[in-house]
Amino acid sequence: MSRVLFANFLRFILLVFIQAFLLKNVTVYDLSVPYPYILFVMLLPFETPNIILFPLAFLMGLSIDAFYDTPGLHAAATVLIAFVRVLFISITVQKDGFDNEPEPTLSSMGFRWFFTYSLIITLVHHFLLFNLEVFRLSEMEYTLTRFLMSSVFTVFLMLITGLLFFRKKRA
Amino acid sequence: MANGEQLVVYHSPSISHHSLLTTHHMRNLLIFITKYSAFFLFLIFEGIALFIFVNYNNFQRASFINTSNEVTGNLYRNISNVNDYLKLKEINDSLARQNALLRNQLMSSLYVDTAGRKKINDTVYKQQYTYIEARVINNSVNKRMNYITINKGSLNGIAKGMGVIADGGVVGIVMQASPHFSVIRSLLHKDTRISAMLAKSKEGGSFMWAEDMDPHKGLLYDVANSAQPHLGDTVVTDQHSLFPIGIPLGRVSNLKPKTGGFFLNMEVKLSVDFSKLEYVYVINNKFAQEQQGLEALQKTDE
Repeated sequence: MSRVLFANFLRFILLVFIQAFLLKNVTVYDLSVPYPYILFVMLLPFETPNIILFPLAFLMGLSIDAFYDTPGLHAAATVLIAFVRVLFISITVQKDGFDNEPEPTLSSMGFRWFFTYSLIITLVHHFLLFNLEVFRLSEMEYTLTRFLMSSVFTVFLMLITGLLFFRKKRA
Repeated sequence: MANGEQLVVYHSPSISHHSLLTTHHMRNLLIFITKYSAFFLFLIFEGIALFIFVNYNNFQRASFINTSNEVTGNLYRNISNVNDYLKLKEINDSLARQNALLRNQLMSSLYVDTAGRKKINDTVYKQQYTYIEARVINNSVNKRMNYITINKGSLNGIAKGMGVIADGGVVGIVMQASPHFSVIRSLLHKDTRISAMLAKSKEGGSFMWAEDMDPHKGLLYDVANSAQPHLGDTVVTDQHSLFPIGIPLGRVSNLKPKTGGFFLNMEVKLSVDFSKLEYVYVINNKFAQEQQGLEALQKTDE
């Protein structure tokens, strides 16, 4: 239990720092901006109660907002993906299956599941984020391009991270 | 027999009928809430987040969830200290260039032969604008709303609404100042509008960042149709802006942009490279308060 707490705390700090200091000014062709910090919300243990999940997602979003000067923007997007996460997991994962694999990681859930999971969550997150940020129908074309390009970049980084921390299941 | 039993059951709860009903409903409500707890928690937190977002953007209220607070501000300053060592050469070059430029404007380096040059010295007699030099500690160019944080704040005399320039031209407007830091709304922000004109013909218009998010391009729009702009014309701030007249914004680079207002529009190549911003100057207009006070009076009269 304390190991899980510590691991998630460390992940929180690490992702905020990487997002705020390393990735803040990374752009490809003025279009693609990655936001892999949402991994924190994705990788919380399966059995995280909702009453903890939502405040944590909110806190994560607000921390990023503090560094990006956009109070509320990232918080709104992370709270939304916390909800999507609950729905996705309740549909795809059986409740009694995980006694020794408590986290939705790439190594414990397999490539196909994790890819779908990260893709859906990233798409939802980025869609709300970019549209809320611009908030103008007249710029829809650019916003959608940025949303799609950025989603590709983010999912790519997530998969790389998943492979980097890949642990083989004990037989 | 069976009929009798049914009757008894039917009549017996009538004593505490009302209280039973309410506790039953309460329990149902509780079950309902716990069953759909995710949905209710989502509504609550999403509501809070959107409330913060809308308030911050629409009313520009003072807020501590940004880079002007002590925690994030100091973190960015420390990181920027490290970064600056890696950029020392470039910074030295730009400072040397700036020195040379200023040296050219010194009295000692001028002849007394043209009336035009003397104009520069007007400000010496009655200085309206003073400049506060500051270092950029946090900046971005890749969002629709970009902000810049600098390492000076209200203790150094910076206040909300002041203009900010760099060596090359306009950078943005101070949005919020804490004691040690200030947040500037960059020129690269969807809501930044600056009153500008073509330097040569004095035709006025409005200036904003182009919506295709290119950090090197802006848009001069709503210029009168009678204006005859040419490629390469300089675009500068005009007398209606909060900047001194003539601060450059960029040069006209395309006369037929895709978007803009109803009149003449033109694309402008920005003179400041926002991705390499290191030092900026915050402009303190001595008459700003007086002017605003006077204009406020006028408004109450109307």
